[in-house]
Amino acid sequence: MSRLQLVPKYPREKQVMMNLNGDEAIAYAAKQSYVDVVAAYPITPQTIIVEKYSEFVANGEVHTEFVPVESEHSAMSACVGAAAAGARAFTATSSQGLALMVEILYIASGLRLPIVLAVVNRALSAPINIHNDHSDAYLMRDSGWIMLFAENVQEAYDTTIQAFKIAEHPEVQLPTSVHIDGFFLSHTLENIYTLPDEAVYEFLGGPRKIPKVRVDYFGEEVDYVLNPARPLSFGNLALYDYYFEMKIPQLIAINKALDVIKQVNEEWYELTGRRYGNGLVDPYMVEDADIVIVAMGSGAGTIRSVVKKYRERGLKIGLLRVRSYRPFPHSDIRNLLRNTKLVVVMDRAIGPGQYGALYLDIASTLYHERSRPILVDYVYGLGGRDLSPDMVSTMINQLVKDLERGYIPEEERLRFLGVRG
Amino acid sequence: MYINAGFIGEIEVGVFELLVEIRWHSRGGQGGWTASNLAALAASYEGKYVQSFPAFGPERSGAPIMAFTRISDEPVEIHSMVYNPDIVVVLDYTLLSPSILSGLKQGGIIITNYTGSEEQVFSSLGIKKGDYRVVLIPASKLALEVLKSKITNTAMLAGIVKIGVVKIESVEKAISERFSKPVAEKNILLVRRALEEAREV
Repeated sequence: MSRLQLVPKYPREKQVMMNLNGDEAIAYAAKQSYVDVVAAYPITPQTIIVEKYSEFVANGEVHTEFVPVESEHSAMSACVGAAAAGARAFTATSSQGLALMVEILYIASGLRLPIVLAVVNRALSAPINIHNDHSDAYLMRDSGWIMLFAENVQEAYDTTIQAFKIAEHPEVQLPTSVHIDGFFLSHTLENIYTLPDEAVYEFLGGPRKIPKVRVDYFGEEVDYVLNPARPLSFGNLALYDYYFEMKIPQLIAINKALDVIKQVNEEWYELTGRRYGNGLVDPYMVEDADIVIVAMGSGAGTIRSVVKKYRERGLKIGLLRVRSYRPFPHSDIRNLLRNTKLVVVMDRAIGPGQYGALYLDIASTLYHERSRPILVDYVYGLGGRDLSPDMVSTMINQLVKDLERGYIPEEERLRFLGVRG
Repeated sequence: MYINAGFIGEIEVGVFELLVEIRWHSRGGQGGWTASNLAALAASYEGKYVQSFPAFGPERSGAPIMAFTRISDEPVEIHSMVYNPDIVVVLDYTLLSPSILSGLKQGGIIITNYTGSEEQVFSSLGIKKGDYRVVLIPASKLALEVLKSKITNTAMLAGIVKIGVVKIESVEKAISERFSKPVAEKNILLVRRALEEAREV
């Protein structure tokens, strides 16, 4: 039986190959996304994004208003103001910068402003460290942002453009962050395929569309935008009388994003021939696997390359890469892991006094299954510690023993990979 | 960073037979990362998937640094450092020592900037003739002649051309893309000279 092969609207020959590092790829994607305002403050390893974008501005290649702010708190505040005035706004940060931004992250999501933020994941101080882990990402996990993790430079480019479409979807209208691993992606050059400007413009439907809101008892609908001709208030006081009710639509919107992320992933596939699993999760050889490793970010690629080797030797092992960390795709993950015997969650940050954050998410997903897999948490790669293929194979060899034993004692449910002593 | 993963666990699987992995040794300021990027660019023009990155750490002028290139027929999935290179390139001969060989695959290739005799190279590396393939390029000498400076990164690209990883035309195209015209022209001349003088010992 012959299967219909999809011919993308822009097959590879119509795309442009570029040699870019992860930061440059994100800056270039933002440039093509017709961004109106960029307000940013440089911090390693995000710096190249801001440098590149200000170069585009200085060269007159973009119409963007670039605001060189004095801190990340101001960067996000300026983006909130810009987005409330109807602009497509973009910024980028890392680690301590993100920590300083957190107060305004909650305001951006609470005000339903579809800002896009590139987070180049870096460890939080102390001790001070400029290298990658996911402690900064975990810091913002309850801020109400949609959080997407890219595995490589190509996906960093693709996801940045998709993020605008997801964020600005009429039923979503939520800020969205695109996460790449500091240095492992931000400073690593890879050759990627980019779309022509007009293709991105068309994909996003041109400039940002302003949604309508109903503002009074007579059902009047006005643009949800700061406009002196038809004034609206943003960020009003809502106490126990209304705060609760105003939070519920935010939850509905972020859950709606589950469908929208999938849909945008498919649209991107039709446009470029590239897609990442179903957009939410990117499984590899999970269906019949006895052991499944769950991971996010650049480490997933390294893990997959080792998993392939073990598959060749006949071990039934798979990888489940979580691409959408928020909203968390519970039902997709539950369906994929239902028949797995052993699930290994890899957290690139610690949760002091608790298991890693991703482990908790996976555990809560699997709890309701009648027969639950054995579950173990591996913390790895803190502060930029490399995840080598040897480390992955050392872990897998241990997992094979765990599977034979059939359980993991409570004191071993949190393990550390690649730490001395 | 940790080249040797010894404390983490024994090496149990060889993972990347499909890839060519190159490790570049130089000193801060000598352009080792640029060489790695140029090699990646050159291979990308030949339809390969590439990856190039430095050993991440503080950059200090004159301190030994490493950079890594991966070249593959398939998309490069792995995002760790290179632990078992197929090829080691040494831009600065004062870095020649047995530690340069760390993790180098059996039958691997060493490409080094060197003007003296091959016996001296073997003894600095602590190897015998025939243990590895060794390519010598008098890069410092040629760079002084052509560029009037000691920057050897482009000259050393001749080494990976010599052993057939990339074509000379691709390297020339990469150099033309990366540098302004007058600088590119001189460097292309340098690579051609280096290719003529490169010899396997």
